[in-house]
This record gives sequence, structure tokens and C-alpha cells, in this order.
Amino acid sequence: MKVSAEEVKHIAQLSRLTVPETEMQIFTEQFNQILSYADIMQKVDTTGIEPTPYVLPITNAFREDIAKPGVSHEAALSNAPAVENDGFKVPRVLE
Amino acid sequence: MTKYITVIGLEVHAELKTKSKAFCSCSTEFGGTPNTHVCPVCLGMPGALPSLNKQVVEFAIRVGLALNCEIKPYNKFDRKNYFYPDLSKNYQISQFDKPICEHGHIDINLDGVEKRIGITRIHMEEDAGKLNHSGASISTSDSSSVDYNRAGVPLIEIVSEPDMRSAEEARAYLENLKAILEYTDVCDCKMQEGSLRCDANISIMPEGATEFGTRAEIKNLNSFRALVRAIEYEVERQKEVIEKGGKVVQETRTWDDANGKTLSMRSKEEAHDYRYFAEPDLVPVDLDEAWIERVRAELPELPAQRQARLMEQFGLPKYDASIIVASKAMAEYFDEAVKNAQDAKGVSNWLLGDVSAYLNNEGISISEFKVSPAHLAELVNLTKEGVLSSKLAKKVFAEMLKEDKAPKALVKELGLEQVSDEGAIMKLVEETIAENPQSVIDFKAGKDRAIGFLVGQIMKKSKGKANPGMVQKMLKEKMQ
Repeated sequence: MKVSAEEVKHIAQLSRLTVPETEMQIFTEQFNQILSYADIMQKVDTTGIEPTPYVLPITNAFREDIAKPGVSHEAALSNAPAVENDGFKVPRVLE
Repeated sequence: MTKYITVIGLEVHAELKTKSKAFCSCSTEFGGTPNTHVCPVCLGMPGALPSLNKQVVEFAIRVGLALNCEIKPYNKFDRKNYFYPDLSKNYQISQFDKPICEHGHIDINLDGVEKRIGITRIHMEEDAGKLNHSGASISTSDSSSVDYNRAGVPLIEIVSEPDMRSAEEARAYLENLKAILEYTDVCDCKMQEGSLRCDANISIMPEGATEFGTRAEIKNLNSFRALVRAIEYEVERQKEVIEKGGKVVQETRTWDDANGKTLSMRSKEEAHDYRYFAEPDLVPVDLDEAWIERVRAELPELPAQRQARLMEQFGLPKYDASIIVASKAMAEYFDEAVKNAQDAKGVSNWLLGDVSAYLNNEGISISEFKVSPAHLAELVNLTKEGVLSSKLAKKVFAEMLKEDKAPKALVKELGLEQVSDEGAIMKLVEETIAENPQSVIDFKAGKDRAIGFLVGQIMKKSKGKANPGMVQKMLKEKMQ
């Protein structure tokens, strides 16, 4: 399985990362190294085996519907880079 | 001119009426100071782990059964990945390939024609936070302030099949769905506050075509009126694009209610590349048959059943019954009033007529209506017994709107009792005949209109209080 520089760019965009053109080739190579390792797994014959998204044989872990206080307003905002009107201030949303 | 067929599917998000959030114990209370109902889980702090609220599953099963769905015993949660500031974790916990309910339907009725609208699926997910923009609108703001109080509030998303062919069908579907969500008591259904939200997928295709056209997804539909207007606008817009030789682009558009238009939304996240994968922090749900059957047994009376009951038990016409059951609060008011009323149709007439007109005028719902069901019933009875003419009943009703007093007391207070005393009426009849000799001659000459004039005169003299039936009868007898 091979990915192109174009796909790496797309993934960077989805992840909100700026990858300089000069580093694009090295990232593409590294991506492909990782994917070729995963290729080894692809060779295993899995006919008739159900997908295993969960490793534990547990289902139905529920919590009762009871409201409890969370963290204080001050604590919630204490790590925010900027605060405005009691909220987390973020840069403009639209381009 | 090519004729086009409109194709509509709706995606409805309903906030569930739980006390705590879907995956943490924070309160779901609406409003309040921003960021006061938050914790490491709904703030997306590293290492915080979600745990599923059992009531969310219970509500999803209840709605699924009410919407005739298959309940899928095995269902699981997935992460839907995208970057947007209202999403604290940069993914939303949702259900992708294994939702809790599938293959349901709602039957709608438009002008007596029944139509079945398919429901593709219902899945459980969490709500996002709320962005408060610094400027007047999202496009003119340099920054936004994020409130995570709503983040993690449980939602169910109900996805319909693209089975609707007009704005009116879409409206009827949404009205039915809203009523069912109210009856099952899972959602507040306040469209203005956003506890019930609707997105519409709209496309058009030439008549006779077998493949649907490219669709646009319209967001920000906060009322039934907005839904209807947005569909009508969008259909015209797409027609124009096609007639000019262009192509409809698959995109998300927002409804601008003030200007009555849909606008293209170009946000930073353009690619719908959500890279769903199973949420590793939540184990799958595996419902046993007993749970599903218990919820089925506990299902409340639904709008369609209630409509049938009102028709059967009280002999209401289908039209009356369908309007009364469309709102749970209205149906409960009717049931309460009819307990004390001698005339169910009379109660229905008041509710559909003067009461609805008053509520619409005031912009309030029946749950905020001050007149008690018992008092409305009493008013109906006073009319039925002949104490009040329908005209005077309206007068008493107007007084009841000012203050919720018993109609009997108001009738006394205002001196409005209908006069059914033969002697008193005879006196008025004789007086009127003496004053209008020409009308008596006309009546004897066979002019029917003359009697109407004379009755009118007598009613005037009695200030509307004379029993009109008795007046008519005694007048005729006297002139024979």
C-alpha cells in the first residue's frame, strides 16, 4: 500500500497541521514505511474470522442517570489560552 | 418547460430529556453561565474516559419502537473525526455502521391521502458545544467564545428515507415526528431553543427520471415555517441552476431566515472525511429481549392511537381529533375538560376555534393557557343547557381570559343569564309587534325575511339575553 504526497497533504489538512513542502517527501516516505509494516498483517488469511474491534468480551457498561457537579467554572477555564465572555476564546471560524 | 420532482429527506436531532449528559455526569440543564456544567470528559481532557448513561439507551429504544423500527440488540459507538471549536475532543461520539434502530416508518396524512415515510435509522450521539460569535454573524466575527455546557448532552438523530415529494409532506412528517417525541416524553421539542433541530436534504429530478439529482443539505431550520420556506426556495434555486445549463453542487447550505434564502457554507472543514472508527473507550451495547419487551409494554398512548380513541370514545370528527392529538398538551387539556363536559364536540369546537386563535395571537402554547379545563367544560355546559347563547358564551370567554374565574360566577357578575322565562319573552314579543306593524304585514304576506328582522329587534331589546329559540317560536305563534 502506497500513499502519495497528495494524500499526506490531505491528512495534514484534516489534522490542521502545516507541513512545509521541503518536508513533504520525508513524511511521505515515513508514512509508507509504517504502511508497509501493516502490509505484513494484510497477508494473514482471515477468511471466516469476525472483525475484532474490541479485545475484551464485555458489553453493557452503563452509568445511572444521576447528575453530579463537574469542575468549577474557574478550573474549567484555567488552561484556556484566552477567555472571553466566560468562554474559551477561539479565532474566527470561517475562512 | 421540464417538470421537476422534488425529493426530500430529513435528518432530525432531538436532545434527550436526561438529567445527566450522555458520557459523563454533568447536568444537562439548558442555559446558565457558560462552562459551568463541565468536567474533564466533556471538556475533552486527555485521559478522561466516557461512560454511557443507561437512560439514553432506554430513550432510544422507546423512540425506535414508537417509530416502528427494528431494535438492533448489538450496537456500538464510533468516533466521527473533525476539527471545529465547538467539539472539545476533535471527534464526536456517534454511531456509524451499527446504529441502535433501523427500518422504521411514520404514516402521514395530507388532505385525506395516507402516505408512509420510511425511517432509515436512529442513532445515539452527543451534542457539541455552543459558539458565541463576537460580531453580528459568524462571517463578520474575528473571534468566537465557546461554551461547553451543551457538549455531551445526549441526542438521537432520526434519519428519514428520501420519501417526501413536497414541502407540505416534509412539514407533515416533522409534525408527526415531533408529536411522537412529545408523547414518548423523551424530548422538550423546543425548536427555537434548539432541543429539536432539523436538516433537510433536497434535490430535484426531471419527471420520469429514475435517478435522484444531486442534493444540497440545508441547515439552521428552526421552525416549521423555516422548513417549508427553505424547501420552496431551494427547489426554485436548483431549477434555475439547471435551466441555465449548470449543475447543482453537493454542498451544505444554511437557511438565512431574515432574507429568506439558502446560502452556501464554506467553512475551513470542507472535506467530509470523518474517518469513522470504533470508539475504543466504550464497550458495545448488547440489549436483551426482556429489556426491549419491557420498554414496548410501557410505551404510552401514541398520537395515532389517541386520535382513534377520541373518534371512538367521543365521536369527534377525524379532522378535530387529528388537530387535538398533534400536540400532547392540547390532547391532555381535552381529556381533562371532557371529563366534566356534557358535550365533547363543544369542547373540541372551543379548542379548535377561539382557544387556538387566542393562543396563536398571544404566541403561547396551551400549557401556558390560564383558563382551566374544568372552567372551559363549565362554559360548554352553560351553552348546552341554554343558559348562554353562543354569542354571550364568547363574551364570558373573553372575561375568563382576563381572569380564570368560574363561568357560572361570571354570568351572574355580568348579568348575562339567558332569559328563558316565557312571561318576560312574551312581553318583549308583544312590544316589538306593536312597534313594527309593517313587518307583521310582510310576514303575513309570506316574506320570510320579516321574521329575522323582528327576532333581531327582540334580541336587541333583551341585550342578547333572550333565548333565541323561544323568541322565534313565540313570535311565530303570536303572529299566526
